[in-house]
Amino acid sequence: MSLRLASPLWGFLKKRLLQVLPVVFGIALLNFLILQVAPGDVVDVMAGEAGAATPEYMAQLRASFGLDQPLYLQLGHYLWNIVTLDLGFSFRQNMPVFELVMDRLPATLLLMVAAIAIALVLGVTLGVLSALRVHTWVDNLSSLFVLAAYAMPTFWLGLMAIVLFSARLGWLPSGGMVDISASHTGLAWVLDVARHAILPAATLATFYMAVYAKLVRSSMLELYGADFIRTARAKGAGETRITIVHTLRNALLPLVTMLGFQIASLLSGAVLVESVFSWPGLGRLAFEAILARDFNLLLGILLLSSILVTLINILVDVLYAWLDPRVQLSTTGAHA
Amino acid sequence: MHSNRRHFIHTGTALGALLVAGSLAVPSAFAQTVGTKPVRGGILNVAVSPEPTLLTSAFITTMNIGQVSSKVLEGLVSYDLKLQPVPELATSWEVAPDGLTVTFHLRKGVKWHDGKDFSAADVKYTLLEVWKPLHPFGRAAFANVTAVDTPDPHTVIVRLSSPAPYLLNYINTYGAQVLPKHLYEGTDVLKNPANNAPVGTGPFVFKEWVKGSHVRLERNPNYWGRGAGGEPQPYLDGVVFKFIPDAAARTVALEAGELDVALGSSIPLSNLNKFSDKSKYTINLDDGRYLATIFLTQFNVRRPALSDKRVRQAFAHAIDRNALLKVVFLGYGKPATGPVPSSVVNYYAPETRQYPFDLKKAAALLDEAGLKPGKDGKRLKITLDFDAGGGVTASRPAEFIKQSLARVGVDVELRAGDTATYLRRIFNDQDYDLMISSLHRLPDPTLGVQRLFWTKNIVKGSPWTNGSGYSNPELDRIMEAAGGEADVGKRKALIKQWQQIVQEDLPVLDLVEQTWVTVATARLHKQVLQGDGLFASYGDAWLDAKK
Repeated sequence: MSLRLASPLWGFLKKRLLQVLPVVFGIALLNFLILQVAPGDVVDVMAGEAGAATPEYMAQLRASFGLDQPLYLQLGHYLWNIVTLDLGFSFRQNMPVFELVMDRLPATLLLMVAAIAIALVLGVTLGVLSALRVHTWVDNLSSLFVLAAYAMPTFWLGLMAIVLFSARLGWLPSGGMVDISASHTGLAWVLDVARHAILPAATLATFYMAVYAKLVRSSMLELYGADFIRTARAKGAGETRITIVHTLRNALLPLVTMLGFQIASLLSGAVLVESVFSWPGLGRLAFEAILARDFNLLLGILLLSSILVTLINILVDVLYAWLDPRVQLSTTGAHA
Repeated sequence: MHSNRRHFIHTGTALGALLVAGSLAVPSAFAQTVGTKPVRGGILNVAVSPEPTLLTSAFITTMNIGQVSSKVLEGLVSYDLKLQPVPELATSWEVAPDGLTVTFHLRKGVKWHDGKDFSAADVKYTLLEVWKPLHPFGRAAFANVTAVDTPDPHTVIVRLSSPAPYLLNYINTYGAQVLPKHLYEGTDVLKNPANNAPVGTGPFVFKEWVKGSHVRLERNPNYWGRGAGGEPQPYLDGVVFKFIPDAAARTVALEAGELDVALGSSIPLSNLNKFSDKSKYTINLDDGRYLATIFLTQFNVRRPALSDKRVRQAFAHAIDRNALLKVVFLGYGKPATGPVPSSVVNYYAPETRQYPFDLKKAAALLDEAGLKPGKDGKRLKITLDFDAGGGVTASRPAEFIKQSLARVGVDVELRAGDTATYLRRIFNDQDYDLMISSLHRLPDPTLGVQRLFWTKNIVKGSPWTNGSGYSNPELDRIMEAAGGEADVGKRKALIKQWQQIVQEDLPVLDLVEQTWVTVATARLHKQVLQGDGLFASYGDAWLDAKK
């Protein structure tokens, strides 16, 4: 099944991408205004860390950071920066925000993609198995496992994984993204990163895996009784084909919807996992930026995350149309 | 269980003590073995937390920055366990009898990592352009400096308007780090790119900083340091600082051998029992002696109820310091007896008014102050602010104080904030009743203690100033006199008087002298123990081969 004609897809993308602009702009505006409510600013934090500072010195810092200007000027400056794609400068980290974010983005994306992959593969497999063997010991065992995975707090699971696999067994590194002492290149580097990614990605994946397993199981069970499945059986299709092509494909629809929603929560869940595994990602950077009131940096991260989330949601819509031919990528907004 | 831990602290060090016992009066608690047979090679993996925001300490006192930068950039001296200066970039120094000139003789043949010669001009530049105008404590330490002369490339003469006896206590790599003039002169010091990629004279050369991950340093082949047998230092091939944000993960990394040292209490006290095997680990309790940190509760004396010193004295009687030390600090530390900690041996004076744990006395003092119990048994309702940014354990001392004061009818509401919120409330809005904090007192009270009580240091909006709002003109006069007194005996007497006044008025309750804990693999050795070991250069450190 290919995507239908190229032109409706293109029209859809164009329309949706145009919609992204006001959405992202609105989010940026909201972010800026909400952050104004937080008590204290980056100068307070820097002076606090320094141990002492004269009021003159603090005033001088505020002036050089532009924090002494009235709010509407700061807002105008910020919005203009967004329009010109300039994310500003992090005074605390002494680096341009864009550079800081781009340094960390690959690590977070890798963690996210790996976690989604693990969650999808395991979740779908467990869901299908449970549905096929419903109310047998397989289903019961899987349900128990899924419930436990769903209920366990991520940070605790991460710590326990470190204690078991790093401290006790010594199989996997306890944190970081590469072995700093080894300086690998090429394939060795890829394998090294993979080794470091296993525990954090698996930890981040557990919760989502549980959700997907439940979702796939219930929608598959629902579909087993549907008319089109009966028709397929009547036509003489084999059970494997019925399970995978007919049932699973339809059962994936709610899963994809859920996935689109969860991208944002995956990004925030990464904060804990990144901290526990000292993974040099964006989540940790955002957390540090909040504590330090480094709002230039935080706004930059939030802006890029919001762009990321909206883009992924468009991708999910496209995927949806591919999975379900009844869904048309409409340029008028209404789904067929 | 607890007594076992204390036992461990005081005896876990016997071996180390024996090795140096000949020359020094060794304090009871230290464990990092001083070795004699250095081994060359190896990379030392060090945990520092949180990750620094820059790698130069010359104008900032953040501890974690100092822990990293001290391996690359050096000071004029370092400090021994009695906090006496030991030569580093300066080989000797003299203070004139009138206290108005201090002369430093600099080490010869020292080169910056980029190959340029280190000279007196670098020291003069950093003193006048960086420490004096920009360093939070340097501003006070070097305030009396009128001129710096450099008659030759290896002599620095500091001229003072009035004596500054504290100056020699503040010239190590943490207090006064020497920067290369040729890279900083004519630039905006605070924004100089070398702040993130330092070029120093120290035993290790900066290689890379991958933010969120690590800082890598390599051996400086041209380092000036020599070992006991004349062999060139450093012994280590390099140092890697790993930034692991989660305390439990740091603990595991040290257990798994991915870390060799965890500096600055970055392993939580409650996890130290995992490192009690002396054949595998050492625990050093003296590295932070120089900082002389005290855990305190501060009153906002602007509040009517707290402006009465009898109320403050009642609180002091109601809080059991020994129990606080046991329960919250797990025995790592000492009960404090006043604003100057016992490690500052020159000026410590315990013969001041003391407040033993006594609930009856506390209740009597509160009665006397007119705070009788109401129908519900409560005398007073107050808030206590703490910085929840200090990790999950930050609330424990706050809870301890809440419970202590509840026993004398004082109802405490805990208010947690992150660092920025907390600082704003206390130092800007001045909208608090009680706060808790830990403050470095440093080896000299004029620099480290005066700031808490001095009327001129009540500065709205500036963190870590006199936040209690306490003002006593007589005390101001004594503190100012002590600051300019060149005669050691007279100065001691003044500082003693100062401690007596503070212990009577109690704008601040000094509760526990905290210990900074360094946990290391037993393979790590140093030749010299330092009172400022948190900021040791590690030029004399080595790792024994893995067994």
